[in-house]
Amino acid sequence: MAEFFEFKNVSKRFGSIQAVDGVSLEIKRGEFFALLGPSGCGKTTMLRVAAGFETPDSGRVFLDGRDITDLSPNRRRVNTIFQSYALFPHLTVRDNIGFGLQIAKKPKAEIGREVEAMLSLIRLEDQADKKPDLLSGGQRQRVAVARALINKPDVLLLDEPLAALDLKLRQRMLIELDLIHDQVGITFLYVTHDQGEAMSLSDRIAVMNAGRIEQIGPPAEIYEAPRTSFVAAFIGDTNFLEGVVADHPEPEYSRLRIDGLPDVMVYNDKQIADGNKVFLSVRPEKIQISRDRPESKTKRNAVPAVVEDVIYLGPTTKYWVRAGNHRLQILRQHARFFLDEKPIRWKDDVWVFWHGDDGFMLERFRRDDEKLVAAPPQKVGDE
Amino acid sequence: MKRLRRRGQEILLTLPSFFWLSLFFLIPTALVFILAFRPADPFGGIGRGWTTATIKGLADPQYLAIAWRTLWVSFLATAICMLLAVPTGYAVARVSERRRNLLLMLVIVPFWTSFLIRVFAWKSILHPEGFIKKILVFLGLVDPGASLLYNLGSVILVTVYTFLPFAILPIYAAAEKFDYRLIEAARDLGARPFEAFRKVFLPGIRQGLVTAVLVVFIPALGSYVIPDIVGGPGSELLGNKIAQRVFVDRNLPLAGGLSIVLILAVLAPLLAVLALQREKSRIEPPPADTES
Repeated sequence: MAEFFEFKNVSKRFGSIQAVDGVSLEIKRGEFFALLGPSGCGKTTMLRVAAGFETPDSGRVFLDGRDITDLSPNRRRVNTIFQSYALFPHLTVRDNIGFGLQIAKKPKAEIGREVEAMLSLIRLEDQADKKPDLLSGGQRQRVAVARALINKPDVLLLDEPLAALDLKLRQRMLIELDLIHDQVGITFLYVTHDQGEAMSLSDRIAVMNAGRIEQIGPPAEIYEAPRTSFVAAFIGDTNFLEGVVADHPEPEYSRLRIDGLPDVMVYNDKQIADGNKVFLSVRPEKIQISRDRPESKTKRNAVPAVVEDVIYLGPTTKYWVRAGNHRLQILRQHARFFLDEKPIRWKDDVWVFWHGDDGFMLERFRRDDEKLVAAPPQKVGDE
Repeated sequence: MKRLRRRGQEILLTLPSFFWLSLFFLIPTALVFILAFRPADPFGGIGRGWTTATIKGLADPQYLAIAWRTLWVSFLATAICMLLAVPTGYAVARVSERRRNLLLMLVIVPFWTSFLIRVFAWKSILHPEGFIKKILVFLGLVDPGASLLYNLGSVILVTVYTFLPFAILPIYAAAEKFDYRLIEAARDLGARPFEAFRKVFLPGIRQGLVTAVLVVFIPALGSYVIPDIVGGPGSELLGNKIAQRVFVDRNLPLAGGLSIVLILAVLAPLLAVLALQREKSRIEPPPADTES
């Protein structure tokens, strides 16, 4: 299928800050696409370029094969749901929703009909004649959705649409947005810093950092096979281990030599040659922990360690262990807790182990990204 | 009980301003009304008894013409002020904070000079030998024999000059609080820049616009110094007539009658605005997020 909404090498600079740095993106028709990244990563600038509020310094934007880079916002078949909704305070809910059609000078009867249809889609028929400041946060959000959708845009842009809502409401609106996307079949470009929102809603995610795209892929791929240290650390949590590729016992698997640990096996789909320095990322929930030595299996990596912290989280417990000169975090879900015959406690000697397929060698590594991993201080008062 | 006590406190708090306004506003206004129904005596004082002759005399076409002129000159001056003040207020609200303070200074600077002196200054600016006249004549825009002063044009010009800062300030205050993302939202929904301005920005600063109109229109209706100094016999306004009746003819009842006309003219737009705002101030609390 031809790409529907396309960014080609888009760059934008504000003063001394390079907000977007040569980003290329291709979004398919009907896709739910998320731009995910920390604040200041350039995702909002991308959205504003898409809406037409910013003109890129270089690069082009195409919609359905047409170059829309220099088109003003009112001439794009693109509508936005703003972070604070930006509902018009002097207009009723009905007039807010009908604004776009009224500007387009559609016949009155048609506007009335379309607005009614939208009101029933968002289930706010009984609030139609109220001003927005009399609505609750969730209701306002739905009005913003209806106001944008009524214009039947080619692409709907969503700028952190759930950020202003509390947790429970956010979870409900998440499902509602997903339903609306299924119903209207419009392409969604969703900007957020919340990985949970991006993971649960999107067909594909582009993770952005410092004006560049780190990785594009479906949520599971982003999480399970991060390509860079930033993605590995920003999405979920992870352990980073620095090592050297020693040899290839099997064509697809390499043996890594890591300072202070026994050699570990790792899946090597990138065909990194022997002798190269690499960084291994292993997610905390992929590592198992036990007081007994696990039976050795091929591609199972088992490492002796000492428990340094036990953080009880309810459904899970997080263990920080020291293995050699490395600190590893392990997340364990409890089948039983009080009845555990061999509970793991502080200062216990344990074994931690994971399968070779669960570790990933990163293509790009920055020491800074290690700070994204929430590690407790090694000693009290140590920051 | 609690409500009653609160009511009592409210009355107590408003008492001083009530006395102040009664003493210096309500009572004098009532006196003006009473005066209009007393006969004048030939020595410039008040005669005995009561009469409605003065009020009836106001129907004189001479006064009607002046009242009408006062209305439309004030209206025109207000309209010009608004046309200038809205873009200015918008611009001042949109520049960086440092430049904003500078611009606000420039708006306020004229107040450092006495109003009278500033109006007199216009006399020399527009003087037949003045540089503006010379430039306009040189450009062929004005006939050498024509006068820039002592006509309705100069009265409107100086009225606009005098009241423009009063119009800019409330509009700036409203524009400064305006959420400019609403303009982006309107543009996003298909509005051209001017449509977004008209349909979203102007309603958004409505409160400032209303204030600006009132603070220009009402004093303009009552102005008499400006037409007195830069106006001529053909540009007298109601204010001049009242002053003449008081200072020249010493016909206080007639001055009172004219004042009543002016007070009514001022009261009409004020009451209209009050009625509009009363309608707006009914507020219901927003519901909690409990519905499904």
